[in-house]
Amino acid sequence: MGHPPFNGPAIAVSDLRMRYGDKDVLTGLDLEIEPGGVTALLGPNGAGKTTTIEILEGFRARSGGDVSVLGVDPVHGGEDWRARLGVVLQEWRDNGKWRVRDLLRHFAEYYRPYAEPWGADELLDLVGLAEQGGQRVQTLSGGQRRRLDVALGIIGKPELLFLDEPTTGFDPHARREFHELIHRLTDLDGTTILLTTHDLDEAEKLAERILILAGGRIIADGSPDQLARAAATVAEVSWTQDGRRQVHSTEDATDFARKLLATDDGAVSDLEIHRASLEEAYLTLVEQFETGQAEAAVDTFKEATK
Amino acid sequence: MNTTAHSYRTGLKRALIETRNTLTSPSDLMGMLLPMLICVAVLYFLRGVDIEGAPISLGAMNMPSLIGMNIVFGGIVTMVSALVMDRVSGTLLRAKSMPGGMTGYLIGHLGSTAMFLSFTTLVLLVVGLPLFDGLEFATPDRWLLFLAVLAIGLVAVLPLGAVLGSLINDLKNMSLVIFPVIASVAVSGIFYKITALPEWLQWIGQALPMYWMGLGMRQALLPDSMAAVEIGGEWRTLTMFAVLALWAVISMALAPRLLRRMSRRESGSAVAARRQLVQQQWG
Repeated sequence: MGHPPFNGPAIAVSDLRMRYGDKDVLTGLDLEIEPGGVTALLGPNGAGKTTTIEILEGFRARSGGDVSVLGVDPVHGGEDWRARLGVVLQEWRDNGKWRVRDLLRHFAEYYRPYAEPWGADELLDLVGLAEQGGQRVQTLSGGQRRRLDVALGIIGKPELLFLDEPTTGFDPHARREFHELIHRLTDLDGTTILLTTHDLDEAEKLAERILILAGGRIIADGSPDQLARAAATVAEVSWTQDGRRQVHSTEDATDFARKLLATDDGAVSDLEIHRASLEEAYLTLVEQFETGQAEAAVDTFKEATK
Repeated sequence: MNTTAHSYRTGLKRALIETRNTLTSPSDLMGMLLPMLICVAVLYFLRGVDIEGAPISLGAMNMPSLIGMNIVFGGIVTMVSALVMDRVSGTLLRAKSMPGGMTGYLIGHLGSTAMFLSFTTLVLLVVGLPLFDGLEFATPDRWLLFLAVLAIGLVAVLPLGAVLGSLINDLKNMSLVIFPVIASVAVSGIFYKITALPEWLQWIGQALPMYWMGLGMRQALLPDSMAAVEIGGEWRTLTMFAVLALWAVISMALAPRLLRRMSRRESGSAVAARRQLVQQQWG
């Protein structure tokens, strides 16, 4: 038993718009995600990541645009569609009085008409909670709780798993353990994972593809390598000449340096060529975004990753 | 597999597990039982207070009323607080995220509240019967009436609690429901006879379920001659069932629409916003 195979993109969104009152949060978002693999939706806080993912999860009605998740418009998604999704939210404190194993065993029941769910004990092993099975949920630590949330998210063997800011508030150790868990999940069976994060480092570690969301739309799209190379095309050349420090930005640093040195008569010293990393480009974006220069930020970043 | 039947079955399982969780949480158990047992203790001191022309004490007369009150009060407050708290904790959103989850959640809560209330009702009965002289519970007709009143009470009050709970979106507004329910005790003839009140207050009391639950339980447990104390000098058995059934019908007609509206509004950011509000309000 299992879900019927589905051909076509796991997620297809075109011209998605969302407006709260007179504030535009999403202004024409386009994206398409093929089945399988991990995609990260990366963006500064307030960029609209949670809004986007809630629309995809069917938890929020959109203002405009077309959305298809596993071939179904989330607004009309029925229980059978719901059974093919897994959802892990930022912070969940539900069912605190339940014992961990009871909760897994009971929640598996809901999926039984649609798919063969995970057994409670194999799932506890998978997420590393084998020893906590008899504990009440409210006694789990933050990291354990989130791993339980992942277990509950995948319990029905979903085709598509949403993870919304999964490691917010984690210490580095819990974070690394959580990342290892996500890697284990991707080895399983072609589940498509879409995660949101505001942390570039996390996106680079987990995702094969990164979509950067800012200003209400996707402004960059590619593998971590592609984005890094794109961000690094603009280089800063700096040198000292006549006792003054000079700086010049260029896309062809080698050519610029060759010409500079060919005509300087030995006056240039301390020549440095510095390529912007993806991290710097992203941090600049976030900084500009937070100081209210959203449009400028988007333009700069587009320039850098074009 | 019939998915609707499946989600109802899952809901019943949830009800059993929730009941077990509550009965094994000392704080939940005492939170519900302690106020009632304090009331019983107070009534115990009234067992020496006679009512003019009646064969039983004031304490014995109030004991059945207290059982009726417990069902109404406990039913409404438990359902309302569950729906409000579960929206803060995300339990409701979790249910929404699973196939058939909302049905399972609601059946689970209605079922577990019904079981828990039946349990506390039984405790009150077992504690009350030996304490008060004059209570009559020896014959099957009394057992049947007691169970029938309990059943119609649960059917009327639990959907009503669900309706009220779905209307309240904020923890601090819970008092909007709790206080009127407490106030309704005063006009429902629970701790003194309703005929002592001005007539217009009697009418308000008779419009609400609590009066009729008290009346039904008094009929089930008190000597027949005690009917003389009631409005009209009789138990009004049919009217009692009819009014409670009317409450049940109205609540059950309203509940699905309101619960769907409540469910539609649930999302991760709604839960996060609510939690932030709670943190601001309660430090």
